[in-house]
Amino acid sequence: MSQLTLRPAETGDGGRDARRPGPRPGRLRRSLTPYLYLLPTVLLLVALMVLPIVMVIGYSLMDNVITTRNSESVGLDNYVEVVTDPVFHTAIRNTLYFTGVSVLAHLVLGLAFALLLNSAFVGRWAKALFRMIYVLPWLFTIAIVAVLWRLLLNPNGVVNYLLDVAGFIDGNVEWLADPDTALHAVTFINIWCGYPFFMISLLAGLQGIPKDLYEAARVDGASAVKQFWHVTIPQLKPIIISMALLDFIWTTQQFALIWMTTGGGPINVTEMLSTFTYKLAFSKYEFSMASTSAVIILVLSMVLAFFYVRHQRVRD
Amino acid sequence: MDLPNVRRRGLKRTGVYAGLVLGALFAGLPVLWMALSSFKSNSEIFEYPPRLITDNFSLDAYTTILTDPAKLRFFLNSYVIGLSVVVLTLVVAIFAAYAFSRYDFPLKRVLNVVVISVQAVPPITLLIPYFGLMVTLGLYNTYPGLILTYLVFTLPYAIIMMTGYFNTLPKELDEAVKVDGAGPLTALWRILVPISVPGLVSVGLYTFMIAWNEFLFALTLTRTEDMRTVPIGIQLLMGQHSYEWNEMMAMSVLGCVPILLLFLFFQRFFIGGMSAGAVKI
Repeated sequence: MSQLTLRPAETGDGGRDARRPGPRPGRLRRSLTPYLYLLPTVLLLVALMVLPIVMVIGYSLMDNVITTRNSESVGLDNYVEVVTDPVFHTAIRNTLYFTGVSVLAHLVLGLAFALLLNSAFVGRWAKALFRMIYVLPWLFTIAIVAVLWRLLLNPNGVVNYLLDVAGFIDGNVEWLADPDTALHAVTFINIWCGYPFFMISLLAGLQGIPKDLYEAARVDGASAVKQFWHVTIPQLKPIIISMALLDFIWTTQQFALIWMTTGGGPINVTEMLSTFTYKLAFSKYEFSMASTSAVIILVLSMVLAFFYVRHQRVRD
Repeated sequence: MDLPNVRRRGLKRTGVYAGLVLGALFAGLPVLWMALSSFKSNSEIFEYPPRLITDNFSLDAYTTILTDPAKLRFFLNSYVIGLSVVVLTLVVAIFAAYAFSRYDFPLKRVLNVVVISVQAVPPITLLIPYFGLMVTLGLYNTYPGLILTYLVFTLPYAIIMMTGYFNTLPKELDEAVKVDGAGPLTALWRILVPISVPGLVSVGLYTFMIAWNEFLFALTLTRTEDMRTVPIGIQLLMGQHSYEWNEMMAMSVLGCVPILLLFLFFQRFFIGGMSAGAVKI
C-alpha cells in the first residue's frame, strides 16, 4: 500500500494517475495478469513454506515420525514433554541472554561507529577507509567467524596472551570450554560480527536527518549531548526499532556460530533453541520431539514478526 | 574564531579520530590475525610470545588447499549453487515485484504481508520437513535441493527490494511503451529491467552472499564430501584428526575472497541495498 501512496510524491506528479484506462474488453485478462506474475513466487512459497510448515505441525502431533513407517497420533504429548524438559528451559534462557545482549550491543556499537563516520571532522577518504574496515566482520561467513575466534580464543591463543600481559587474567583461560565463560564468549563473537548491519542503516539514517533541525537546536542553545537526545535519536527511532526487531528475530535463529564454536556445550551452557532442536533431530533421531520444538520456535518467531510487520505498517 | 574554540575543535577532532582507530582495531585486528596466520607454518601458530609475522613466511597452506581436488570441489559447489540462486531469484523476483509495483489487485495487501512475514520463519522449523521432502523427491544431496531451499530465503528480500526499486521509477515510462501497442511484458523487460540494473546488482549481491554463507541446510541436506559447500568444508577441516590451523585460515581467506571482492567493486550498491532494505522494507 505504501508504494501507491508514496509513488506520486516521489515522482512529483501524482495527478496524472487519473489517466488510467477505464473498463474495456481485456479487463478480465488485465485483472488476472498480476496473479500470473506472482505465480512462480506463490508456487514456491506454497511448496517450500506452507507445505513444510503443515508437515512439521503434523510431525509434532505424531510419534516416531521419519524413523518408523507406522507412527501414530499422540495428541499434545510431545508438547508436554518438550515444555517440561529442563534442557529446553536452559535453551530458552540462553537464547534470550544471547539475543538480548547481542541486539543491544549491535545497536550501541552500530550507532557509535555511524556517528563517528558521520562526524564533520572526518574527510571523505578517511570515511571510506574506516567504513570498509568496520564492515569487514559482517562480510565473513559465520563458519569463518567461528574458526577465526576459535583460533583467537584458544587457551594458547593471542587473546589470552594479550590479556595476560595486560594483567587482566592469570594463566590460560579456556574461553569456549569453561562453563563460566562460554556463553559470554559466543555472545561476544556474535556482537563482533553483527554490528555492521546496524551501522550501515544508521549511517544512511543519519545522513537523511535534515540539517536545519540541528540548526534550530543550536539556535535554541542546545548542547551536542542535547542535540543527540532530542534530534538524532528521535529521528533515527523508526530505523532503530525495525533494525532491533529484525536483529532479534535473526539472532534467536543463530545456529552455525554456536554449532561450530561450542556445539551447545559445555554441559548445555550455550545450548540455544536452534541447537537443542537440531540435536533432537540429527543426534538423537527424535524427529517428533524436534518437530515439536521447531513448532514452538515458529510460534515465538511469528509473535516477533507480528510486531515487526505492524511497526512497518505504522511507519508507512 | 577565538583561541579556546580552536582548541576545543582540535580536541574534538582528536577524540573522533581516537574513536575511529579504536573501532578499527576492534573490527580489523582479528581479520588481520587470520590473514597473517594463513602464512605461518602450523607449528608457529601458537608460538610464545605470538608474533604477527613469523620466520617461515610461506604460501604452503594455500598450495595445499589449491592442489587438493576435494577442497577445490567445495568452492566449485559454492559457486554453482550461489550463481544459480542469484539468477533464479532475480527472475522470479522481477515478475513478483512488477505485479506489486504496477498493479492493484484484491489480494495485494495479503500477499505483501505474507512475503514480509515469511522472512521471519526460522530455518530450523523448515529443516525437518525439508529433510523428509528432499529425500522423497530424490533431491537429497543434490544441487537442485539446495538451490530450491535457498530460493525460499532469498526471494522475500529480493521481492521487497525490487518492488521498492520499481516504485521509484515513474509509471509513465512503461505506460508510454504500452501506448505504442506493446504488452506489459515488453514494458517490463525492455524498459524497467534495463534501468533497474543498480537495484538488480544490489539484490544479486545480497542473494549471492546468503547462498554463499548458508550453513544449516548445507550441513543437513548434503551427505557426501563432493556435495559440500565452503562453510561445511571449513567445518570438516576442523573435525579432521589434527588441527591444521594455517590451512583452516588459508581456506577461510579463500572463502571470503569472493564476497570481499564483490563488496570492494560494488560497495555503493551493497550499502545502498542494505540501507534501502532496512530503511523502507
